[in-house]
Amino acid sequence: MDIHKLLKTLTETPGPSGYEDQIAAVIEELWQPCVDTITRDRVGSLIATKRATKNGRTPPRRILLAAHMDEIALMVRDVEEHNGNGFLRVTSIGGVDTRQVFGQLVVVHGRKNLTGVVGCLPARLLPEEKQDKPFDFEDLLVDVGLPIETVNNQISIGDFISFRQPLLKLMNKRVAGKSLDNRASVAAVTVCLEQLRQRQHAWEVIAVATAQEETRLLGAYTTAFALQPDAAIAIDVTFGKGPGANEHVTHELGGGPALDLGPNVHTGMFNALKATAEELELNINIETHQRASGTDAHGLQIARAGIPTAIVAIPLRYMHTMVESVALKDIERAGRLLAEFIVGLDEEFLGKLAKGMMEEESKQ
Amino acid sequence: MNDLIKKLVEAYGPSGFEDQMRALIRPEIEKYADEISVDALGNLIAHKKGDGSGLKVMVAAHMDEIGVMITHITEEGFCRFTNIGGVYSHTLLGGRVQFADGRIGVIHSDRITDRSKIYGLDKHFIDVGANGRDDCPVQVGDAAGFHREFVVNGKMLSAKSMDDRIGCVVAIEAMKRLKQTPHDVYFVFSVQEEIGTRGAEAAANHLDPDVGIALDVTTTGDVPEAIPMAVSLGKGTAIKVKDAGMIAHHGLVQLMKKRASEASIPYQLEVLTGGSTDARSIQIANGGAAAGCISIPCRYVHSQSETVHADDVENSIKLLVELLAKPMEL
Amino acid sequence: MNELLKNLTEAVGVSGEEKEIRRIIRDLIADHVDEWHVDTMGSLIALKKGTGASPLRVMVDAHMDEVGLMVTGFDSNGTLKFDTVGGFDDRTLLGKVVQVGSEKVTGVIGGRPVHLSTPAQRNSVVKVDAMRIDIGAKNEDAAKGKVKLGDRAAFVTAYEELGATAVAKAFDNRAGCAALVELLRARPYPFDLYAAFTVQEEVGLRGAQAAAYGIDPDAALVLECTPAYDLPNKNDVSPNVALGKGPSIYVMDSITVQDPRLVRHILQTAVTHNIPYQIRQPGGGGTNTGAIQRTRRPIPAATIAVPGRYAHTPTMMINLDDYAHVVKLAQLTLQGLTTEIVKRN
Repeated sequence: MDIHKLLKTLTETPGPSGYEDQIAAVIEELWQPCVDTITRDRVGSLIATKRATKNGRTPPRRILLAAHMDEIALMVRDVEEHNGNGFLRVTSIGGVDTRQVFGQLVVVHGRKNLTGVVGCLPARLLPEEKQDKPFDFEDLLVDVGLPIETVNNQISIGDFISFRQPLLKLMNKRVAGKSLDNRASVAAVTVCLEQLRQRQHAWEVIAVATAQEETRLLGAYTTAFALQPDAAIAIDVTFGKGPGANEHVTHELGGGPALDLGPNVHTGMFNALKATAEELELNINIETHQRASGTDAHGLQIARAGIPTAIVAIPLRYMHTMVESVALKDIERAGRLLAEFIVGLDEEFLGKLAKGMMEEESKQ
Repeated sequence: MNDLIKKLVEAYGPSGFEDQMRALIRPEIEKYADEISVDALGNLIAHKKGDGSGLKVMVAAHMDEIGVMITHITEEGFCRFTNIGGVYSHTLLGGRVQFADGRIGVIHSDRITDRSKIYGLDKHFIDVGANGRDDCPVQVGDAAGFHREFVVNGKMLSAKSMDDRIGCVVAIEAMKRLKQTPHDVYFVFSVQEEIGTRGAEAAANHLDPDVGIALDVTTTGDVPEAIPMAVSLGKGTAIKVKDAGMIAHHGLVQLMKKRASEASIPYQLEVLTGGSTDARSIQIANGGAAAGCISIPCRYVHSQSETVHADDVENSIKLLVELLAKPMEL
Repeated sequence: MNELLKNLTEAVGVSGEEKEIRRIIRDLIADHVDEWHVDTMGSLIALKKGTGASPLRVMVDAHMDEVGLMVTGFDSNGTLKFDTVGGFDDRTLLGKVVQVGSEKVTGVIGGRPVHLSTPAQRNSVVKVDAMRIDIGAKNEDAAKGKVKLGDRAAFVTAYEELGATAVAKAFDNRAGCAALVELLRARPYPFDLYAAFTVQEEVGLRGAQAAAYGIDPDAALVLECTPAYDLPNKNDVSPNVALGKGPSIYVMDSITVQDPRLVRHILQTAVTHNIPYQIRQPGGGGTNTGAIQRTRRPIPAATIAVPGRYAHTPTMMINLDDYAHVVKLAQLTLQGLTTEIVKRN
């Protein structure tokens, strides 16, 4: 599987939170050959089911893989006329870092797609107290270079705006671009589904490209509730070692996916994934979180009576910028780890998880 | 309609203490509902049956209002208090509150040494006319809403709790006007919105709707030095696209725009950068719902003079009726 | 699609390292000039012989360098330290794509992720020294295998037209270069015209100074791209110039007063031929006129500029009608330039 080509398609397709139709269609086409059914739910998540291919329990146990497909973006909050031209005032969708949007290219999803640039008055023309600050959304604007009549005709308040950055090849089989958070994980799930085609597995696999993770983990909460899986894995990105991030716990790009440990993760799931990685002699890192993990796992874990949940994370540099970068190798490894883990799931798995919990309980 | 508005906005009902509101609203809607129930949290739920061809739609307008709760009574009989919902001290001085029994208290603050500063709630107190702690008719734990007369200035309507009694009015009027609907519609007069959209969350959990529509106020950008926002008073009902808590269902937004255009109902598109509504809770409940919000533009939200425009109220009612009377393709 | 603007803006030529853009311009003009050479500074000087009607020597200048970055060091983890070449607002750089060195190695400019930043950090401008260029190298040695100390880096933006406007990097001053190329492709002028595609404007107008000395013209015209601030603004201040309102004529900048006789001639030409124009707000900024005017006798000079929004960012914007009007105005200005205009009694 050509992961670069896959990522190019995935990252260059727009999918702002709440506006995931286009990216969902692309993912549907990618997953279709590997799965048995594929649908979208009320909030926009894409849900694909691959039936068990090995005899086992009826109905089979089910594992849910959640990788969010939405991306941070902007939204038009007002249209302003100046000198006969139309300018867009915008607000952010998800955690947009305002320090890095000035001078970026965007696509305004109006009646048709329009190219725009994020501009601002020069700092010296701003109020004095703002001159040494990052530009904020009160002053930043999107300029589509068109007269006000055309702008009013094509664009309205509430239109979504996605960032535009073609995928770039860096050295060392790394790539950089926009929305690798979290299309890198969508790619990993795609790798997993592709590998499972040739393999026998006793558990049913539900692959979900969740909607609106960047704003409120929406798809994780709703799909886990609706589908009631027996176990779940959130696949997301984590901080790569690199400029500005070295003093934090971060992971080398190309050093393997990170398995997350913390309150959003079932320790038994973590151990099982770790054991699978060790059997495969596959490089992994161990990641920790102390409160909320900031991933879909936060929503998956707490659905209904609770779901044993794990996090597989792909190290990524410059999160929430247009130059997020990852190592292709880590995506391939994450996909392979997921596939092998699923192949190894048997009827005893849930029992072992429960037993693990009981033993931990009785030790205390 | 102003009589109904006056009745609702002047009534007592801080979050968690909505009994009086429920008693006021119930008789207004009884004739127009197929079934009325009250759930364990206190949500008043009116079910209007569809013809079976439509969706299950939850419409939510919250009955509760922001207010205060007494935390301590001083030796001299003054009441210290905390906030219920978003109450800010710069809106308080000289204001009045009403308790469940109709008792009125006046708000003042400790001695002000620096007039350029805004003091916290803990530096404020309520005087209910008591001579001392033992004499005080109010107890720790008593809740109060604000007290302010409804004012009509031409088409501008001002009151203490337009947020969200005006949403309740929109729901009640829509129930009256909605002759037939393909949808199973549940009008929920929800509780505890101001402390975290808790009533709507509970209602959505047990009603499990396909579609959720909140009726609530939104701020405007048409007053001096406002936070920039493209919503003005009197320019139409506001269709929410996004607020700080959620992004409305894209298909539902498109449908609202379409229905408004078809019926020549003036509307504005709302992108709100602070605050959220009951729709936020409905969207994420259970397996999720297509959620949106019809907003009534409102100046001075969370002050004691929240102001709306009569035309916007009327247009919000019309849009809701249009939406509910026709099929929803999402 | 204006291929000339596309080719010129997408080419690389950071101040002091203008080889690539020079080669491209040379190929574009070689067939339309009588001779050309590259001077010691690196400027491309071309002669287009006149009809012989006028004894003047006229220089037309357009700087071909652009603002960019320079690699100043290597981190052990393979990222590159850098500094800016030319005037930058630090707010321009974070999250941008660059091409490094003559091999055009792709790099991205990164810094601390927003999630790992404190509120105070999020509310402060990230300074250049806290950013790095990341080419994907695993370590210092791998980076050094691809990139050398002192390599220049330029933005990467594909030229794109949006109706009457266009977006690209380096319109400052490839728009001026393109206009000069068009002037050379036109029929001969009454006098010998020396086209100077100069270097190092962005670091102090240096190429033009040497070029003017070498050419020793009687008059000079500078073609530029000047910042337009015609954005919504609460304050009632001048936008410097605005897009779509025609060529901008300099009268005075922070360095010099443009030659009033030439300015008058340019304005008269515009009026006569019904070409829209705007006076650039007098005051700040500066063009090669400032350097040319203090060379030798000295040399009278003036500037015609294409207005451009978002100067010194990867996404500048110009209006294509303004550009066409600059070409036309420059051409007519030159055709009408006589000895009398620049004669001093």
